[in-house]
Amino acid sequence: MAEMMYWQAILRAHDEEMARDPLVFAMGEDIGVAGGTYKATTGLFAKYGEQRVIDTPISENSYTGIGVGAAMLGCRPIVEIMSVNFAWLAMDQLMNNAAKVHYMSGGRIRCPFVMRVPGGTAHQLGAQHSARMEKVFMGISGLRVVTPSTPRDAYGLLKSAVRCDDPVVIIEHESMYNLKGEVPESEFFTPLEGCETVRPGTDLTIFAYNISVHWALEAAGRLSRELGIEAEVVDLRALKPLDRAGIAASVRRTHRALVVEEDEAPVGVGSEVIAILNEECFFDLDAAPVRVHARDVPIPYNRQLEKASIPNAGEVFAAARRILGK
Amino acid sequence: MDATDQKRLLREMLFARRFEERCAEAYQERQIGGFLHLYPGQEACAIGVLEKARPGHDYVITGYRDHIHAIKSGMDPKAAMAELYGKETGCSRGRGGSMHLFDPTCRFMGGYALVGGPFPLAAGFAKAIQMKGGDEIAICFLGDGANNQGTFHETMNMASLWQLPVLFVCENNLYGIGTAIERATVETSQYLRVAPYKIPASQCDGQDIDVVMSEAEKAVTHVREKRQPYFLELMTYRLRGHSMSDSGAYRSRDEVEQWARRDPISIYRARLEAANILAEEDFQKMDTDIQNEIENEIVRFAMESPEPRVEDLERYVYVDGGPKPWLK
Repeated sequence: MAEMMYWQAILRAHDEEMARDPLVFAMGEDIGVAGGTYKATTGLFAKYGEQRVIDTPISENSYTGIGVGAAMLGCRPIVEIMSVNFAWLAMDQLMNNAAKVHYMSGGRIRCPFVMRVPGGTAHQLGAQHSARMEKVFMGISGLRVVTPSTPRDAYGLLKSAVRCDDPVVIIEHESMYNLKGEVPESEFFTPLEGCETVRPGTDLTIFAYNISVHWALEAAGRLSRELGIEAEVVDLRALKPLDRAGIAASVRRTHRALVVEEDEAPVGVGSEVIAILNEECFFDLDAAPVRVHARDVPIPYNRQLEKASIPNAGEVFAAARRILGK
Repeated sequence: MDATDQKRLLREMLFARRFEERCAEAYQERQIGGFLHLYPGQEACAIGVLEKARPGHDYVITGYRDHIHAIKSGMDPKAAMAELYGKETGCSRGRGGSMHLFDPTCRFMGGYALVGGPFPLAAGFAKAIQMKGGDEIAICFLGDGANNQGTFHETMNMASLWQLPVLFVCENNLYGIGTAIERATVETSQYLRVAPYKIPASQCDGQDIDVVMSEAEKAVTHVREKRQPYFLELMTYRLRGHSMSDSGAYRSRDEVEQWARRDPISIYRARLEAANILAEEDFQKMDTDIQNEIENEIVRFAMESPEPRVEDLERYVYVDGGPKPWLK
């Protein structure tokens, strides 16, 4: 095991895949000469050259489309969108072409396309640089959507995404690139399907993904220490397809559920997970499932307002107590 | 080009015309659903350009008016018609429809419904060709209306910047859906619009297939040999509406009649007849044979083919049995 940062894990996955397969290439704004806004492609330009590490103009929709077209001919592009907010500009190519071409060609054309997007609220970046778009991506048939909460998964999910024959969106987090964690030294692949129990427990399940896994773990620690409540924390990790069976299996054990999302509640991960619980294991529930989520506002600039607009470990802790009546 | 090839070309254009007319009938009979965009009037464009490219070797992409580009690229017309009928034997197994014909075996990479959407995809094919090192080129056919999308400018910039082997063919039929070009676009000569991107470009008559082939040959050679983009504008006209639901209110009968006198099939037929390559009865026989083939083989195949199974509805959302390296 080696300890590395989230950005280093992403860089390692790029490097290994590019060394292995000459048809893997990376493109995006400032990823080459400048090394990437979050350093995730540092050094690759010098190593692989400008044909495979491409600094693009600021034209998100069309460079995404160029990646999609190259993927349709068997290349394995890794397209970085500098901030998830800019992915709105690339939605036509992503949802109309990447996500649909395999289906609408009757399975005759594959699109092994990877898009990496730093998402989430960081530090006072304002409404147009603080988007969380998981609800948008996970609503698109034909895409796979995954989101790493640790350096280990940042590495393993990118490795799997590059090998996958379907288009994959990887949602990273602007505040997590310097997060440290253990990553095995030998090559491995994180599944693009299924969820993972990152803390076993018996009293309730806290479903989380990406940064909210950390809030959930912090809250679970406090619940155990202060109240003797053992919360199970499940990292959803793959948001599309969501692991219906895995989600239900945990709640069949714990009988209570809490979903924590950094996104606003309407039409989100929380509502989707709770719908799955209703459909799969309603009679196993001992209490109504609860969502902890962002407030339904464009993220404000002011530090205090920004902080108030997104959830935190304290809110998760309080919500768990409410569910258990303690 | 010898007489045999000339007659073949005329036949291909006439086949395209009759195929599309038969589609219109089938649409009125409700055998074909959805939106249907037909090609009559523009036949010399796709057929002339691809005659000078290497169908099956070069990658071709276009918008939603895609039947003839697909067939000239090498798609079996039976598979095209079966697709329009929504059948499992269709080129896209009935999942695509008129606007989404695909046949990767002949490198016809699809018809797409979002105007301007194929520009970057074509550049992406060229990027893949560049990485793999072949002598193929990518050919992107779109209309003048597509050039007001951001993807036009963004893609021209990147195609030129990265020297991608892609030929952009603009079939300028003077209307973006039902809005005349001069009411939507300041610069009506489309080939002038790529000048800032330093892409070589030219404009020619799109109704005379000899002119189209002559310009296309230069354009294709440029892209293939210099490994650079080229932009070819063909001045053309669609004799039918934008789609089957077109009111026609946006253009005068006079204008349509004037263009009908420049019908690409009539122009070429007259030329072959004047050169004694084709007799009147040859043309009639050709037409009868084509209509028989369409009716007895193509439409019949489409009618008799099975529907896709509802059990397979969710098939093809993801690749079946794709790699799952985490299971190893």
